[in-house]
Amino acid sequence: MNTYNIDIKPKKHLLKINFKEIWFYRDLLYMFVKRSIITVYKQTILGPIWFIVQPIMTTGMYMLVFGRIANISTDGLPQILFYLSGIVIWNYFHECFNQTAHTFNQNAQIFGKVYFPRLIIPFAEVLSGLIKFFIQLAIFIIIYLYFLYSGNTTIQPNWTLALVPVYIVLMAGIGLAAGLIFSSLTTKYRDLNHLLTFGIQLLMYATPVIYPVSTVPEKYKIFIQANPLTPVLEGFKYAFLGAGHFSWQALAYSGGFMTILLFMGIIIFHQTERNFIDTV
Amino acid sequence: MKNNPTNIGQKISGLNFFKNGMYMSQPIIKIENLGKLYRLGEVGTGTLSHDLNRWWKTRIMGKEDPYSIIGTINDRTQAAKKGEHVWALRDINLELQEGEVLGIIGKNGAGKSTLLKILSQVTSPSSGRVRARGRMASLLEVGTGFHQEMTGRENIYMNGTIMGMRKREITSKLDEIVDFSGVAKYLDTPVKRYSSGMIVRLGFAIAAHLEPEILVVDEVLAVGDAEFQKKAIGKMQDVSKSHGRTVLFVSHNMAAVKSLCKNGIVLINGYKRFEGKISDAIDFYQDNNVLITNKNNYWEFGNDAENDNIRVNSIKITPINGTVLDIGSGVRIEIDFFNKVKDITEDLTFEILTKDDVLVFHHGFVFAKDRNSKQGKHKITAFIPPDLLNANIYSMNLFFGQSQRYLLFRRDRICAFEVENIPLESNMAVLPGIVRPAVSYTLDYHENNTQTITKTILTDATGDRCQQ
Repeated sequence: MNTYNIDIKPKKHLLKINFKEIWFYRDLLYMFVKRSIITVYKQTILGPIWFIVQPIMTTGMYMLVFGRIANISTDGLPQILFYLSGIVIWNYFHECFNQTAHTFNQNAQIFGKVYFPRLIIPFAEVLSGLIKFFIQLAIFIIIYLYFLYSGNTTIQPNWTLALVPVYIVLMAGIGLAAGLIFSSLTTKYRDLNHLLTFGIQLLMYATPVIYPVSTVPEKYKIFIQANPLTPVLEGFKYAFLGAGHFSWQALAYSGGFMTILLFMGIIIFHQTERNFIDTV
Repeated sequence: MKNNPTNIGQKISGLNFFKNGMYMSQPIIKIENLGKLYRLGEVGTGTLSHDLNRWWKTRIMGKEDPYSIIGTINDRTQAAKKGEHVWALRDINLELQEGEVLGIIGKNGAGKSTLLKILSQVTSPSSGRVRARGRMASLLEVGTGFHQEMTGRENIYMNGTIMGMRKREITSKLDEIVDFSGVAKYLDTPVKRYSSGMIVRLGFAIAAHLEPEILVVDEVLAVGDAEFQKKAIGKMQDVSKSHGRTVLFVSHNMAAVKSLCKNGIVLINGYKRFEGKISDAIDFYQDNNVLITNKNNYWEFGNDAENDNIRVNSIKITPINGTVLDIGSGVRIEIDFFNKVKDITEDLTFEILTKDDVLVFHHGFVFAKDRNSKQGKHKITAFIPPDLLNANIYSMNLFFGQSQRYLLFRRDRICAFEVENIPLESNMAVLPGIVRPAVSYTLDYHENNTQTITKTILTDATGDRCQQ
């Protein structure tokens, strides 16, 4: 008869996520989400308003640089809506990826002292990112509704709005998976830290955030379409604005990509968390 | 599987079995052949080829890990070859019964912290297995997860949940925690405004209110002031004795270990070398502590006690008066060293500790004032006056410092010496206490409350030396 509930062995199941255990630690998850939200605006005057200042300023900048100066098409849509929608959904991916990519390095201190399911930290980052995303989405929707009711006919919302939650899950999933892999590799190979910031920046230009796929020259289109983030960006804009492209195949491609990447991410993450404290 | 709520049912039935005496021998923690391999030298760049090689050999070819073969005994005095692997812990077998309080002692680097880290599931073992039952909380430091910007109250929740408490559990104990920590006034102030002592108090208060079946404690008691340490030790005793918790306790403070633990193990170079009663364990440890008393009280160090600033050549300890080092003789300590740094303000500082690692005193001597230190051979002789140290075995920590701020050299327990007892009258036993000063007394005797008949000066038991 074995009543032992703690069993520490050199190896453990790589793919097994102990959801029961994570559920037991849900209060900790909540505390981490709370921490990452409130610590951002402690000792600032504007506080949480910073969450909306950033996308609005960025939108303004893009309107000026890409809209006015470079004259990149927005598929005939109001520039502010086109850029803001792209930025809002992209920001969520950026947040998920960037924050989870620092899981090990930023929490080495805690990880070295206490055990809890390590996945709590990336999950908390994804959730706190979601809160920021909803704040930014609210701003977008306010501006969107204003255009809609002021009789702008270029905007054609459609039934794919129902797929918006799917897009959010895809962004969170891909961002989380990429972040898990990144954070695991950076524990040993710190070089990757340097790659991260501009890597995400480059990825943004390889994703139709500030331009529609329709403006991409035919011979490069294949690359843009191979990017699993492209269907999400296009679909998100299509749902709200009605311009762009939507296809189930592309969506399934993104979903499949996310699933595979998540599997890889979790395996690598588990592999790393076992002994990471010895190599950090 | 830690803190898994579904196991509570099993745990309770386990307890009942325990009470019925059926499972008296079923230990709460069972450690089998536990080992941990570390790689020395720099980890980071250049390991990719190693990693690939290892992966290829072990996973694909099914051979033994090519880099673990050179795993040697963890003796940190031997210079490490680059990339060498070392067993920080090897073949540890241990069983703890419910309610047992175990002290783990050993020198720095003996594997104590590695053992605690594995038990805390912070790192995984390289071999062997640990099984335990119930909730396990580890206190490798206090206040883990405290965020500078968050208030005391927020941090109580943060730290509490990290340690595996539920929110409502914390809420129900909040008053007790605040009360115990004594920082009630600052509860809604960000922790960054706290003094370091307050942070420690708050952190320990939270930890003290965890209710795990197994508590793993590292040297957290080394921080905080004396009053707080006392409180902390008291709390731990309370937890182990009245609540029947199982505690694993690591400390260099022999006095604390002795007062808390019933049993102890001694780790030397990663191996368990002793297991038994705590007092025996401490004796074993002290007998095996390399630099314990040397018959001639003379130590030569070669290049053993050397760094870029200082090389200590030798230390000689002799009585100031007479030929026997005893309570009344005083202690002369001659430290012969080569000073490599010139033109700085330099001091020599030493600490005297008892056998139980209680600090008796800390004393410094600025031998080069106004940046006039010279390169070369120096000899400093320190005189500890008679009638100060009680009979005991003392060890000495030696430091060299710059401007009394920067540490140039440090060597703990560089040497040890014994001060012998001078019996008091016919009582041959060593008197209790750390110091035994020469105290003089006067006695005024009055008969019928009127007139002084005799005024006697009584002297200290050590006789004529202090008669005035």
